Amino acid sequence: MEKILPLSELPTGQWGRVISLNARGMIRYRLLDLGLVPDTTVQAVRRGPLGDPIVYRIRGALIALRREEAGQVLVTPL
Amino acid sequence: MPQATDLRKMFNIQPDPEAALVALAGNPNTGKSTIFNALTGLRQHTGNWPGKTVLQARGTFIFRGHKYILVDLPGTYSLLANSAEEIVARNFLCFARPDATVVVADATCLERNLNLVLQVMEITSRVIVCVNLMDEARRKNIFIDTECLARELGVPVVATAARSGQGVAELKAGIDDLVRGRIVPTPRRLVYDPEIEDALTRVEQQIPGEIKELFNARWLAMRILDNDRSTLDNIRQYLEPAEWGVLRERFKYCPT
Repeated sequence: MEKILPLSELPTGQWGRVISLNARGMIRYRLLDLGLVPDTTVQAVRRGPLGDPIVYRIRGALIALRREEAGQVLVTPL
Repeated sequence: MPQATDLRKMFNIQPDPEAALVALAGNPNTGKSTIFNALTGLRQHTGNWPGKTVLQARGTFIFRGHKYILVDLPGTYSLLANSAEEIVARNFLCFARPDATVVVADATCLERNLNLVLQVMEITSRVIVCVNLMDEARRKNIFIDTECLARELGVPVVATAARSGQGVAELKAGIDDLVRGRIVPTPRRLVYDPEIEDALTRVEQQIPGEIKELFNARWLAMRILDNDRSTLDNIRQYLEPAEWGVLRERFKYCPT
């Protein structure tokens, strides 16, 4: 059984693979548009001073997500 | 049925039967403005998109004796979400129906840009992809097989490094070929799961014929299935009241 956790809990420096998105509506579109579709690999690069937002490497670009948004993406650590 | 020229006026585009209308789309930071400047030189006007505080840049250029009006769309990652910029870009592509649309993509992270390319290809088949920043990609040892990309997408692809003017003449030639019908793109169609395709066919059949002529019925069917209220509410201003009435009645749509 693969370990599955929200993207917001992926430790800094670690890579994960997107399993699914829990978000609905506009936020779901937003996340998909940023390239977070199932099977995409993503790395947690660094965290803001209060652990929020978190910077991720997604398909060759660095993108900051709020904890709340990243929490709606489920990943399995690689 | 509103004519295309009337609809174009709604976007501050003065009708000019001599000129072809070309839209410039692309993600932010792809060098879209550099391409715009390289194509139009100093023949530019800026204003706002009607009803929005979003900048509209228009310019003209002449190529092989033909006049082109180029409209710079706001840089967006998508045409589906809801920012003012995305609404402007999407409405222009759907309702002003440009004779050609150039999608500028960043060669250094091409994959991220293909989302918008595919979304534009779902609206119009008159698409040409401009892979820009080729010089920067080369420095990063990224090689782009534009021929393969063109084959996979089914639309023409031109490589440019607009800062140094490289590829700009080829881009103009590509636009001209597209507008004059010397190139007829066959954009790869995204095929969805069978149950979605099934539903799409059924919805598409219910769309009145006059509306099918006005814009892409498959695309509209997708938005209806999506219950994409932003798009549906926006469509209204570009339709005759009777056409809107039929659409609304058939799909039991309650505007927001």
